[in-house]
Amino acid sequence: MSSHNAYIQILLSTAIAVLLTIMPLPQLINMGRPDWMLLVVIYWSLNAAFVTGLTYAWCCGLLIDALVGTLIGQHAFIFVLIATLVQRFQFRIRVFPLLHQSIIVCLLIVLYQFMLFWIDGIVGTALSSWLRWLPAVIGALVWPVLVAFLDTSTRNIR
Amino acid sequence: MAIFGSGTRPIIGRGPSLIARFLLFASLSIGLMVSDHRNHYLTSLRGLLSTGVYPIYRLVDAPFSFTHWLRDTLTDRADLRRENSRLTTQVRDLQLSVQTLAAVTAENQRLRELAGATADITKKRLIATIMNVDLDPLRHRVLLNKGQVDGVFKGQSILDAHGVFGQITQVGRYTSEAILISDPEHGIPVRVNRSGLRTIASGTGNLNKLNLPFLTGAADIKVGDLLISSGLGGIFPAGYPVGVVTKMDRNPAETFATVEARPLAKLDSDYEVVLIWYQPPAIEPAVTTAAQPEKSATDTKPKATLDTSTVKHSPTTTNKTKPSQSASSSRSSNKKPTH
Repeated sequence: MSSHNAYIQILLSTAIAVLLTIMPLPQLINMGRPDWMLLVVIYWSLNAAFVTGLTYAWCCGLLIDALVGTLIGQHAFIFVLIATLVQRFQFRIRVFPLLHQSIIVCLLIVLYQFMLFWIDGIVGTALSSWLRWLPAVIGALVWPVLVAFLDTSTRNIR
Repeated sequence: MAIFGSGTRPIIGRGPSLIARFLLFASLSIGLMVSDHRNHYLTSLRGLLSTGVYPIYRLVDAPFSFTHWLRDTLTDRADLRRENSRLTTQVRDLQLSVQTLAAVTAENQRLRELAGATADITKKRLIATIMNVDLDPLRHRVLLNKGQVDGVFKGQSILDAHGVFGQITQVGRYTSEAILISDPEHGIPVRVNRSGLRTIASGTGNLNKLNLPFLTGAADIKVGDLLISSGLGGIFPAGYPVGVVTKMDRNPAETFATVEARPLAKLDSDYEVVLIWYQPPAIEPAVTTAAQPEKSATDTKPKATLDTSTVKHSPTTTNKTKPSQSASSSRSSNKKPTH
């Protein structure tokens, strides 16, 4: 495999995730928008941990903070936390069947949303709406598609 | 699954351990969060970041602004004529209703001068376009295409053609982030147009609903009342429409009545909004009262208590003392019902 190609893949998928994160959607669908950036960070932490490390997750989090206008460091912190968990258990998660992986991803997104909610609560007003947990379900549903897409696109450099 | 070279380069035993690296990044992020929240040290960093991501915003916005431009450019002649005649009619109607306004404004100004009060003076307006970018879906924030280079500042109030829209929360170099009046973190001081009753309308997280949490069952307010901005707090200019009361529920068992309002601004469908620069009233009297604190304090106190019940436009001297009082009292009362 060539590391150079891996970098291109990672950058490209990150760029697409960024665009999908702030792409305008109708209000109804917007509520269930999956956390693309987090999904991509989980994917690369799982499959290319030695290339990305935690630095990648941290930079992605900071980028989201800058884009969405949240507290600087909020997303960065949570992304690093989740990337650490994924890297710690990467050998185990990697061999799970896809359905099993989806459940893990769902739990990770729940953790992510809970941390967002928690930090929001410390800083100001946290909005406790059940809609907050919708992206976790959608994210779990999207995960197999994302894996299929990224696996196909990276097949030639494996 | 694609596994990149886990066989060629060992993961374990290279560099600091995972936990050590996690702790490093975590403490860095927490440090950033604390300094961003507590001391606002990071305004320059935030400005830098928002300038850095500006191309991304533009990229996402581009298809939408392009179709907008295309629609503008490719309208056919009949459409333009129809629109032209509609606008001509509208201008005529508006001019008719404005005819007496100049005289009324002058009279109002003279009366205010007699009473020692000055009105808000709108100095400058700027049309800003809402960029087609979705920020956090749970918070009601929008991105405007005007920033520091256009003179936008934090806390600036935003209107649309129908009423108060929101205020600026963050200013980047070319863009700025605005909070809508319906955001759960936002509150705007309002006055009931009919009765002069003053209160605060806070956002609910629902675009079509504002909440008026500090009204007792005896408050003089009813469904259909117009809420206008009161100008207290010094952020929003006074007298702009905010919302219409849609629900008034007096429950004798509870201290506060349940009052809801619908924002008049088209929060969900606006494309263009107006940023305004205005001069808040009573700048000079504030200096003179500061120079002689004892005298002015005793002078203004009784007047201030009178004004809350009767006078709609308070004289200059009280205008200076009251925003701080009402702001602090509302802020302290703000916490009580919610927690």
